[in-house]
Amino acid sequence: MTSDKKNMSGADIFFECLKMEGVEYIFGYPGGAVLKLYEKLHDVDFLNHILVRHEQGATHMAEGYAKATGKPGVVLVTSGPGATNTVTGIADAYMDSVPIVVFTGQVPTHLIGNDAFQEADIVGITRPITKHNFLVRDVKELASTIRKAFYIASSGRPGPVLVDLPKDVINSECEFEYPNEVEMRGYKPKLYGHINQIKKAATMIQNAKRPLFYVGGGVIMSGGHRELHLLAKETGVPVTMTLQGLGAFPMTDKQSLGMLGMHGTYWANQAVNNCDLLVSLGARFDDRVTGKIESFANKAYKIHVDIDPTCIDKNVLVDLPIVGDVKHVMAELASEINQMNDLTDWWNKIEDWKNECPLTFESNDGRLRSEHIITKLSELTNGNAVVVTDVGQHQMWTAQYYKYTHPRSNLTSGGLGTMGFSVPAAIGASFGVKDRPVVSLNGDGGFQMNIQELITAAYYKLPIKFIILNNSFLGMVRQWQELFHAEKFSFTDLSHSNPDFKKVGEAFGLKSFSTDNPKDVESILKEMLEYNEGPTLAEFKVVKEDMVFPIIPSGASINEMITKRLDPKEMM
Amino acid sequence: MKHIISVLVENQFGTFNRVVTMFSGKGFNVSSLSIGETENPEVSRMTIVTSGDDKIIEQVVKQLNRLIDTIKVVDLTEAHTVQRELALVTVNYQKSTRAEIIDVCEIFRGKIVDINNKSMMIEITGPPEKIDAAVNVLEPFGIKEMARSGNVALKRGEQLSKENSE
Repeated sequence: MTSDKKNMSGADIFFECLKMEGVEYIFGYPGGAVLKLYEKLHDVDFLNHILVRHEQGATHMAEGYAKATGKPGVVLVTSGPGATNTVTGIADAYMDSVPIVVFTGQVPTHLIGNDAFQEADIVGITRPITKHNFLVRDVKELASTIRKAFYIASSGRPGPVLVDLPKDVINSECEFEYPNEVEMRGYKPKLYGHINQIKKAATMIQNAKRPLFYVGGGVIMSGGHRELHLLAKETGVPVTMTLQGLGAFPMTDKQSLGMLGMHGTYWANQAVNNCDLLVSLGARFDDRVTGKIESFANKAYKIHVDIDPTCIDKNVLVDLPIVGDVKHVMAELASEINQMNDLTDWWNKIEDWKNECPLTFESNDGRLRSEHIITKLSELTNGNAVVVTDVGQHQMWTAQYYKYTHPRSNLTSGGLGTMGFSVPAAIGASFGVKDRPVVSLNGDGGFQMNIQELITAAYYKLPIKFIILNNSFLGMVRQWQELFHAEKFSFTDLSHSNPDFKKVGEAFGLKSFSTDNPKDVESILKEMLEYNEGPTLAEFKVVKEDMVFPIIPSGASINEMITKRLDPKEMM
Repeated sequence: MKHIISVLVENQFGTFNRVVTMFSGKGFNVSSLSIGETENPEVSRMTIVTSGDDKIIEQVVKQLNRLIDTIKVVDLTEAHTVQRELALVTVNYQKSTRAEIIDVCEIFRGKIVDINNKSMMIEITGPPEKIDAAVNVLEPFGIKEMARSGNVALKRGEQLSKENSE
């Protein structure tokens, strides 16, 4: 039998597959093992290749793009060091369930295992930090492997997938056929929850006197924010969110209790502690949320909705598990619930907790504070910017003070806690989001970890607002040193080793600002938000020794929450 | 508690490594692991003997299921099963002990598969407990070397632990 299909090279097949997957952006860096792909890329017109400055930047950009748009982010790098540089970004995507597909070059198949130049066993290295990975050994498997890679990355509980492409596979030829369907007998994500379980859950919600919705990033990933809104409005149940869940439900809504957990609000944590029914929606009972497991929501029946069965009963034993896509499950729940108990007493209690210990910060001493800047930013953007934070104190203050109103607005490294995430992730988000401002919030420490990508933002004229909340300290570590490590401020003081951030910004070609005066905050932020011809940078020199409150010490229960710095006079 | 878990996986490059990496990464214990092709050459069966409380075993099964290359996971611990392990044991002998060792070998229905003037190699098959018992008896004679295959197990009767069952 003869075929009318003509042979194509692996490189051509690669780009045909990306076209079929609707890929618009690819974040990459060329090198020896992927030269053939870059040769073809020169003439490819359907996608934009974004040249990064370090491969870690490429993976975080892909994450930022994926988190902001919901579409998988795509990375292309060379073998060896190009591949190993992607590892942190892949691990980050794995922890936060971000759909990215990473293509790595590899030495030719006959040299694999020979310690060839720029060889690294990247499939072996990334096995525990990918949802799945592939080494393509034959060009005939290339198209079906790429199809599977995108399917696995973006279905079920999303995650990173790596595809290793040996040089000879890319160079050799075969007929091209893109599979219409993916058939994997070992991988069939369950979309719909068991209806009997859902009915039971509905009854439990109806009968509860002190119910609470505990919402995680799964709601945003599944696109279930509307279903959540409907369910919340229909039931009148209070909603608290995890760090990744922020944005799933408007923080400006009366029913929002803000974030729970280690740096969560006092009232959200009290609600968890006192509820009689906790409904976990797309969250995974992370240790930063639960603190001491034995005392977490220990008066409550627990319902856990999750698409990943391994999450159920992993950290906290639950009474009613529902495995399925949280979007569908919430829709079903809303239609099953008819009548709720009167929750007035419960809401009154929550109001009392709010008044007992509100979120506050010192604003009358004329000194510049991060909380003030974030509050202003929230006001000026109506809570509708894409806010990409790094890791540390500023991240927690943003979670507390930025009033997110929309899903896919809060981009942050939660599970892995990767410093250096914000700058590149904001760049990735900026390619995907054109109708809302993209703000990158950084501490002075993390900002320097992927600082090289500023030139990527400048070159592509991305209107990102880079903000550095400079307290001249690795602030969160400093805070722990003060609270839990005998005030030994070991290697956290950067006051004599930070660069001049304004000059750094200018050197990269960014319009840059610097101030330590609270009165300048509004005008600088406004100027940044109005400037859309390219990136801008502002350094805010904030109070050095401020701490994030409240804080529940690691592994402690809510009763051990510290709500403010002890006044030395009170301690006497 | 000890559990025998039977896992059907895609017979592909790297699958074995994936399972092993998962066990070490999650801190699960493995006391034996055997792998081989099934009646379908595209599918391999792994028999893993592991231990832990109910919560850990639940996670072991779930984490195995979560791997993309896993087709089916069955915990055979409570099921009626046939279990077999193979051991090769090389034992020292002297003229005075030679007959006694051959007796032991016969009692355990073992076979002598190699012999020289100092030692002999015995092959024993059976459930792991039988191998343990044989090894215990042979120990005093001086075991020079031993290799055990790890346990393999299948369900008895019509209910299969195959991909298309249930």
